Amino acid sequence: MARMKFLCDAERCIECNGCVTACKQEHDIPWGVNRRRVVTINDGVPGERSISVACMHCSDAPCMAVCPVDCFYRTDDGVVLHDKDLCIGCGYCFYACPFGAPQFPQAGAFGVRGKMDKCTFCAGGPEPNNSEAEFKKYGRNRLAEGKLPACAEMCSTKALIGGDGDVLAEIYRTRVTSRGRGAEVWGWATAYGRPDAQKQPGAAPAPASPATPPGGGSKS
Amino acid sequence: MIRRAIVTLAAAAIAATLGAGLAGCGERPQVVQYKQGKYQGKPDQPAYATAPWNGNKQEWEQALATRNQAQNEYKRIR
Repeated sequence: MARMKFLCDAERCIECNGCVTACKQEHDIPWGVNRRRVVTINDGVPGERSISVACMHCSDAPCMAVCPVDCFYRTDDGVVLHDKDLCIGCGYCFYACPFGAPQFPQAGAFGVRGKMDKCTFCAGGPEPNNSEAEFKKYGRNRLAEGKLPACAEMCSTKALIGGDGDVLAEIYRTRVTSRGRGAEVWGWATAYGRPDAQKQPGAAPAPASPATPPGGGSKS
Repeated sequence: MIRRAIVTLAAAAIAATLGAGLAGCGERPQVVQYKQGKYQGKPDQPAYATAPWNGNKQEWEQALATRNQAQNEYKRIR
């Protein structure tokens, strides 16, 4: 049984936001809701990296653990979904999620918080497959059509890939061994800066060190 | 005799009305009874349950595997 996952190759992502657009278009997502977004680290600095982030469909999902009405479930393929008829829009899942995946549409004119909306891995929700009710509540069910998520299939550089986790790992391994680098760009060190990378010429100065004027000393 | 019957009928009618009225005041639970830690929502269909797969899981998995490999351009262009 496949275990569906996303993987974003930070060496390849060019921050085009094509995945975000594809998601919005595919599911007719309302204004203000972003099931997927592109995050750039060290924006504007040489060596910046971007990754596309959405629900990661965690194996041990914190949203599922904290939901007071237990509206979350996991499919046989490892996709984390939820029942919008049961969701009370409390926002606990948003606090629990380390990726900020749960979104809350403004249901009324005065910004009333609606029911939670998130990436479904293009797998719809607890309504008949490809029905109008499913599309309205959860978006299109591409998995039932034998397709992978629109964001991944739309990605022009194939930075974002989605599908069976084992296959994705194999694809990524092939890439890293073929190009001879890139395994280190994904993870903690990239997000929070490696000490050796900061010493390299052209790298961004450490945020803690104050910039000194070209002339040298400071005014007293 | 007739008067007694009327009184009895009236008493019975009043008792029935009161009984029905009291029953109307009864409160039935209107919220979902949650079971902690268990999914409470509607059941979902598997992706391969409907057309064009019609329950053929293997065919569906094969279609997804083909799409999955299409993301690997190292394999695609060689």
